[in-house]
Formats: sequence, structure tokens, C-alpha cells
Amino acid sequence: MNFKLSKEPIVIQEVIDKVVKRDAGAVTTFIGTVREMTKGKKTLFLIYEAYEPMAIKKLEQIGAEIKERWPEADTAITHRVGKLDITDIAVVIAVSTPHRHDAYEANRYAIERIKEIVPIWKKEHWEDGEKWVGNQLETVPYPSGKPKETDIHD
Amino acid sequence: MIKVLLFAQLRDDLGKESISLEGNSWSVAELKKKMTADYQLASLETVMTAVNEEFADDDTILSDGDIVAFIPPVSGG
Repeated sequence: MNFKLSKEPIVIQEVIDKVVKRDAGAVTTFIGTVREMTKGKKTLFLIYEAYEPMAIKKLEQIGAEIKERWPEADTAITHRVGKLDITDIAVVIAVSTPHRHDAYEANRYAIERIKEIVPIWKKEHWEDGEKWVGNQLETVPYPSGKPKETDIHD
Repeated sequence: MIKVLLFAQLRDDLGKESISLEGNSWSVAELKKKMTADYQLASLETVMTAVNEEFADDDTILSDGDIVAFIPPVSGG
């Protein structure tokens, strides 16, 4: 169960433990958290919704893609669903490899792919309203291939 | 029978999580057209489609028992 969704707060150490191995010299973790201010607008809380069976399949696919590109890498990803407050952890990605360079690169690859192909949506709640992010071109759909450079830096 | 799953804004717009339709041999494009007309949806053009939990293009032909999901631009992470 290296790839899962969680209705409960994510325990970072549990995700890391899944990729710890004797021939690893590096474990990188990415921890995505709920940001309060986006383009001057204050978020109160978020709701994450997922198409769960497909989301898990797509997380597994990302793990397989990483294995193809970095054969010695092991990956674990847990994404939260439900209501999250500011600073709560939305996603944890852990990647272990023999050397640090690959661990950083593969981890970056995982988060960019999550933003492309994993069916998870967030609804932002503000003081003056709410909106599903992604429905007003705040994100760009690109179901296959690599993310464009502009999307990577978003 | 084809089951259509709805998420995010589409779920809010239609007020339901899924819709079942009698129909067969439609393409994904035809299903999108029918849904847009029947439910007065703004547009399904930027929405990706999954058939049985795998991304599918507009030419994919649907068969009885398929589960279709409309996937608005995703925003996880």
C-alpha cells in the first residue's frame, strides 16, 4: 500500500518508512500543505474530493513511471481527502534512491504528475465564497505527456 | 446502461454524483454532446473523460456496463 488516499491526517513518518531500505543513501520527502494566501485572496479551508479507485491507480502509475526512469527508486505517496485547514498536510511523497540527485528529481516528477493525471480536486472556501479550483482555467488539463515549463513553476 | 460519474463543479452543477443512461455504442463525444444538451451544462470541452477508470479520448466507443467519469481539470497536490 505505497499509494493511498487518507481521510485522516497523514503521518509523515509512515510514508517515509515505506521507502526506507538498506541500499538507499537518500530519502526525499515532499510535504504539500494548505496555503492561506493565494494571489491576495485568503483561504479559510479546503475540501479535497477524489475519484478514489482511479486516483489510487494513477498514483500507482506515477510510481511505475518513476521506476522506469529511476529503476532504483522506491516511491510512496499519500494524499489527503476531506476538509483541510490552513497548514494541514494535503500530500506526502517519499522517494528513496541510492544517491541524492535521483531522489530529488524523482520526487519532483511525482508532484508534477499528480497535478496532471490524478483525479483529485480541491474546493477553496474564502470569506466571500467558494470555488472548485481548475474550473476557471487556474489549472491546465494535460492528460498525457509531460507538463509544460510554465506549469512546473506554478 | 452507462453510468456517468460526476465530480467537483459538475457534481455541484447537476446536484448529483452520478447519472445512469440507457444507450449503447455512443462515442465519448456523443455522450458529452447529449449531456451538455440534456443538462444545460456550460461546456464539457475542457473536461477529460475516463472509461472504466482509465483516460479515454473522444472517439472511444462506449458499451453497456461502462462506467464513464468526467474529469474536470485536476487540482490535487
